[in-house]
Order: sequence, then C-alpha cells, then structure tokens
Amino acid sequence: FQVGLLVSVKRFFLFLFEIRVKPDKSGVVTDGVKHSMNPFCEIAVEEAVKLKEKKLIKEVVAVSCGPQQAQETIRTALAMGADRGIHVQVAGKDYENLGPLQVSKIMAALAKKEEAQLVILGKQAIDDDCNQTGQMTAALLDWPQGTFASEVSFEGDKLKVVREIDGGLETITINTPAVVTADLRLNTPRYATLPNIMKAKKKKIAIMKPEDLGVDITSRVEVLRVDEPPQREAGVKVETVQDLVGKLKDSGLV
Amino acid sequence: MWIFRSVFLFSDLLSFCCCFFFLQKSVVDGVLPSFRSVCGEDGVSLSEAIREQHGKDESVHKCCPPDVVVFPRSVDEVSALAKICHMHCLPIIPFGTGTGLEGGVGAMKGGVCFSLRNMDQVLDLHVEDFDVTVEPGVTRKALNSYLRDTGLWFPVDPGADASLCGMAATSASGTNAVRYGTMRENIMNLEVVLADGTIINTAGKGRRPRKTSAGYNLTNLFVGSEGTLGIITKTTLRLYGIPEAVVSAVCSFPSVQAAVDSTVQILQSGVPIARIEFLDDVMIDACNRFSSLSYPVTPTLFLEFHGSERSLEEQVNTSEITQCNGGSDFQWAKDEETRSRLWKARHDAWYAALALRPGCKAYATDVCVPLSMLPQIIVETKEDLIANKLTGPIAGHVGDGNFHCLMVLDPNDPDELQRVHLFTERLARRALAMSGTCTGEHGVGLGKRALLVEEMGAQAIQVMQSLKETLDPKNLMNPGKVLQ
Repeated sequence: FQVGLLVSVKRFFLFLFEIRVKPDKSGVVTDGVKHSMNPFCEIAVEEAVKLKEKKLIKEVVAVSCGPQQAQETIRTALAMGADRGIHVQVAGKDYENLGPLQVSKIMAALAKKEEAQLVILGKQAIDDDCNQTGQMTAALLDWPQGTFASEVSFEGDKLKVVREIDGGLETITINTPAVVTADLRLNTPRYATLPNIMKAKKKKIAIMKPEDLGVDITSRVEVLRVDEPPQREAGVKVETVQDLVGKLKDSGLV
Repeated sequence: MWIFRSVFLFSDLLSFCCCFFFLQKSVVDGVLPSFRSVCGEDGVSLSEAIREQHGKDESVHKCCPPDVVVFPRSVDEVSALAKICHMHCLPIIPFGTGTGLEGGVGAMKGGVCFSLRNMDQVLDLHVEDFDVTVEPGVTRKALNSYLRDTGLWFPVDPGADASLCGMAATSASGTNAVRYGTMRENIMNLEVVLADGTIINTAGKGRRPRKTSAGYNLTNLFVGSEGTLGIITKTTLRLYGIPEAVVSAVCSFPSVQAAVDSTVQILQSGVPIARIEFLDDVMIDACNRFSSLSYPVTPTLFLEFHGSERSLEEQVNTSEITQCNGGSDFQWAKDEETRSRLWKARHDAWYAALALRPGCKAYATDVCVPLSMLPQIIVETKEDLIANKLTGPIAGHVGDGNFHCLMVLDPNDPDELQRVHLFTERLARRALAMSGTCTGEHGVGLGKRALLVEEMGAQAIQVMQSLKETLDPKNLMNPGKVLQ
C-alpha cells in the first residue's frame, strides 16, 4: 500500500524560553528568541518517517507556511527523513494574521495537488494552542479524521487510530485518504544527526505562494490586545473563620 | 565522622566565633544597600526559605545557609558584588543548581551566596566549529534541547540536570565518559571572576581553538576548583555530533571478574562503546523489585554503542566476547522505546536503592581505580559491606574504573552512621592503595579534604595551598572546601 503523505510543520519559540509580551501589547517579543519546530509537529514528522521506514508510505512531503525562516523548519523535517519540502511563502502582516483556517485551506489545496493519501499534523501548536488546523483540513477535504492519535496503523487499506480522549483511549477505523493529528505519546521524535542534516541540504524544497494554490489568506480575526497573565500577589492570612468568611464575601466570591 | 564532624565544626565555629558571626551579620546588613544598587531590589534575598535553599545540595551534609543570597544578571554585576565582598571580607559561595553531592555549597562561615541562575543565556554557538559558550544558568538538558536542530550535543551526563558551569567547577563526569571524556577534556575556555572582582578569560577572551599550547593551562586549573578559586561565569564547551545510531545491550555474568574482563576486552577490541555500566547482584535485585523487572540476580553490564548504522552492525563481536567470559542472557535494543526500557534499571538505580529501606537516606561513594584493579576492589568492598552489615548496592562506570556504592542509611541511627563513615574511609584508602583516587567525579567538597591530603601527598597539597593563597589571599572563595 504505497501512498504519499503530507506532514505539516510549524515554527515557533523553543519551548524552554519565557515568553514576553511586547510593550505595545500587540503580540509577543519574537526578536532574538531561539525558534524551533513545534513539538507536536516533530512527533508528526517522526510518525510519517516511521511509516515510510515500514514501507507503508511511498513519500513524505513536509510543508510549512511562513516567511523565509520556515525553510529552516522544513530542513529539520528533511533531516529527520522527509523526502522533499514545500514552502508556502507568507510574510509580514499576513504571517502575523495567519491562522488555522488559512493554513487548513492551504493544506487542503496541497493535498489535492499532490494527490496525497494521508495528511499528518501536530495536534496543536504551542503558540496559539488552537487545535483546529487538522480538523478544518479534514472538513475542507471531506476526509475522515483521526485526531489526538497515540497509535496509528494500517489495516488493509483502512487506518486504525487509537485516540487519547478525556475518558481514556478510543480506537477507530477510518477510510483513507484521511487526516491524522499527532498527540504526545504517539512516538519519541528522533534527533537530526549531522550526516542527515548534510543530506537534507540536497533535498528539494519547492517554493510557492498561497495565490498559486488559489487560496485567499485574508484573516477574519483581528487581534485586539495581548496581555500577560496577572502577577501573582501575596496571599493574606486571617485569624478567624469569621474573618475568612468576611473576606470571601467582600471579594464577591461567596 | 564526617557527618558529625560537619555538625561539630559548625557548632565549634558557632561557639568560638559567635562574635565573628554577629560582627559579620552586621557587616552584611551594612552592605545590603550596595548589593541592591548592583543587582536591583529583587536581586537580593534575606528570606529564610531562600537562604536555606541555597545552603544545601543533594548530599547528606547539613544545610548551612548563607547570610544573604544575591542574584546577579551579568558578569559585570558578579564582579561588582565580588568587589564589595572583597572590601568587607565577606565569604563568597557560587551556586548553580544545587545538585552537587559533596556539600560544596554550604556556607560554613556564612557570607554571600551568588546564585547565578539568572545568567541563563546560550551565547555564541558555532555549529561548524563544534563549540558553544554558555552562562551558569544554562543546564545540560537545556543546552541539548537548544542544540537539537543542529545535529550536535554535549555528551557529559552526570545524571542530574546540572548547571554546565557548575559541572565545570566540580569537574563532573558521567556515563558517557568512556567515549567522550569528562568536563576536563571538553572545556576550551572559561570566564572567571576572582575573589577581588577581577574578570579573566582562562584561554583569552573569546578564543576557541581546538587545541593550544599557549601559556599555563589556567582553564584546567579552575575546572574542579569547586568555587574555591573563582566564580565561573562563562564556559566554552566542545560539542559532538549526535550519534547516527545507538544500540543498547544488557548481559549477565557469573562473577565481577567476568564482567570486568569483558569490559577490558570490549575496550581493547575497538568497538565503538559509549557507555559501560556495571550493576552488582544487590543492585540488580533492588532494580528488579523497584521496576518490576526480572534480570538474573548476578553482576550485570549495561552497554551502549554509538556509531553509524554500518559500524554498529559489526557488534557481533561483543556477544562473542561476553560469551567467552561466561556471559548470558544477552539482550539487544535499537529503537528508542526498547532502549529506554532496557536502561530503566540503571537510570532508576538511586531510587531502587532507596526503596530497599524506605525512610532512609542514601550516600554515594565515588572511588576510581585503574581498570585492572576493579575486580579486586569491588570484591573486597563487598566483603566489607557484608561483614559490617551495611546496605550498599554497587553501580559503576566500569569503563573508567569508577564505581559508586549507594550506601542506604538511617540518619537517626548513630551506630550505622559511624559504621558507614568508617566504611567509606576504608574504601577510599583501599582505592588510594591501588593507585586510584578517592573521588572520580563528585569532587572533594566538605567530606574528603583529609583524604585529598593522603591522595596528593604533602608537597602537592602545598602547591595547591600556594595557588589558593595567590588567587584568594583573604580566603573568601567558598571557604572550608577542597583544602583544609
């Protein structure tokens, strides 16, 4: 069963670093912060590469939407084992306003263009925690979806996905072509080794614009303000239960 | 008795130097405004909880909180603070992550703890040159996460997620040393602030050639100095390529001798071994119980090979070597998940040892001897443990001749404390008698100062003392550690 697979990768801050809000409250400070691939996207790439190593997949294509630096993230995916990349150029203000709806339109268009049979994404990105792109992509393509996957396997020409849900684990079987989103326990992503990074430099990255795919990326959402969470204040000790009840009433909590 | 000794030392100091402490406390109060003007209001703490947090590490030594904790944000602030301390004769204790094992951060004479965790930048990564410079707040795991997209890593792995500059200060090592070396071999340059605030670069500012024969080796003077010669504020580290492929294996042996013989032969055969860890029967039994495993209860080796796919295929040799030495139950693993399971026993060794006697604390001995002496010292040590009814499972970096007895002890039982103390002294002396060292990777800290004198001999200690007096004539840098 030899299919082509699209895996989407997103670039954001390395998860170790503290986020700071810009003084004008229009967003977060991005200059000088170390960027890396979104951790869930790494897991998605790892799963794609594993499927290829098991010879269930013919080709893994890594896709990223963003400015020039998005190519670094695609190169990391190539170093992990993807065969080629597609960089959809979106820069400046357009990039700041790029949200799940726009990305899913792009992914849907690419899935059709590349005749992919499987699209894998991370379940969510750690910058916006939206958890929407995979689901929207499936809806736009009218494909089945296996989200929050902690296990993926082929059963004949169907896909068996074990999903992590609030109550435990849910196992579903879906037809292909399908969209899968990767959850934390799906696998442990490999490190890109130096020899593979060198090989990745020779792999091809096609560059295109959203217009080339017939996708309109105007955003319907406008960010009004970004605030830091309120500073934690010191607690107050009270002497008696009456004082406690009094304070709770005063603050309107009771 | 080192535990009681550190208690008595403290109370001796307390009774003799009550006046001294009182005077020092008022001196500290006097300089607080100067400290605050250097590192801000938030950068100075007198709270009891913070001081206690900075007065102890992961060892069994008693907590010795400093008088005040300061949090400098740059090397210039460190230098300014050091100048103030120097002028007022206040002890200076550098603090990284508090993960040390020899009581190195205890403020024996009170003073000022310099907590360096706010200096947490990874500076100057040079991927093509395989080097990176980091500040003291960067820990080893944080650096390796930072490097993940570059294909490089820093392999020195002492277990804890320690500050890299702290690891430099204690000359740390770890499970990978047999292949990649210890901190001593992997530090190219240091930025150090001396007791009087002078800032020096041990190999010249910003320099990072892969080798040099320029002048005295100041870099390695400060590596392992445990904060007694200066405060390390930057370290330039040697990086390595992440191994293309990793294969792990476990093998059981009928005796310690068989396990060590296999180790020597594996090393001699040129196999790309990266880790060889030894667990004795007591340790394996503890691990079986703790992690619900079923390894045979005999001396066991855990091995890990790093290399290219093809070089690892040539591992066939290893199982032949171990079989020749009576090894059995050889298990391989290639993928990440199975390898983690295989190594879980070794990683959880500390907790498995503690679980043998719930409610007790643990202390790890740390001797290191030439490889050929390892079977003899381990056998004699085990006999000593049994004769003195002590719980001491053994885990070791057998490729370096270094092993740890994880002494599980009841801190409320003075007789056991005494027996453990005497045992550790005997063990250290046994190692010294076999041309080894009393501390392979943990450092001298508080408890091994007397043993250091025996190990080095009076003349070498005299040279160390002279160096200390030259660099720190007022004895302000972490007093009471390393040298007596």
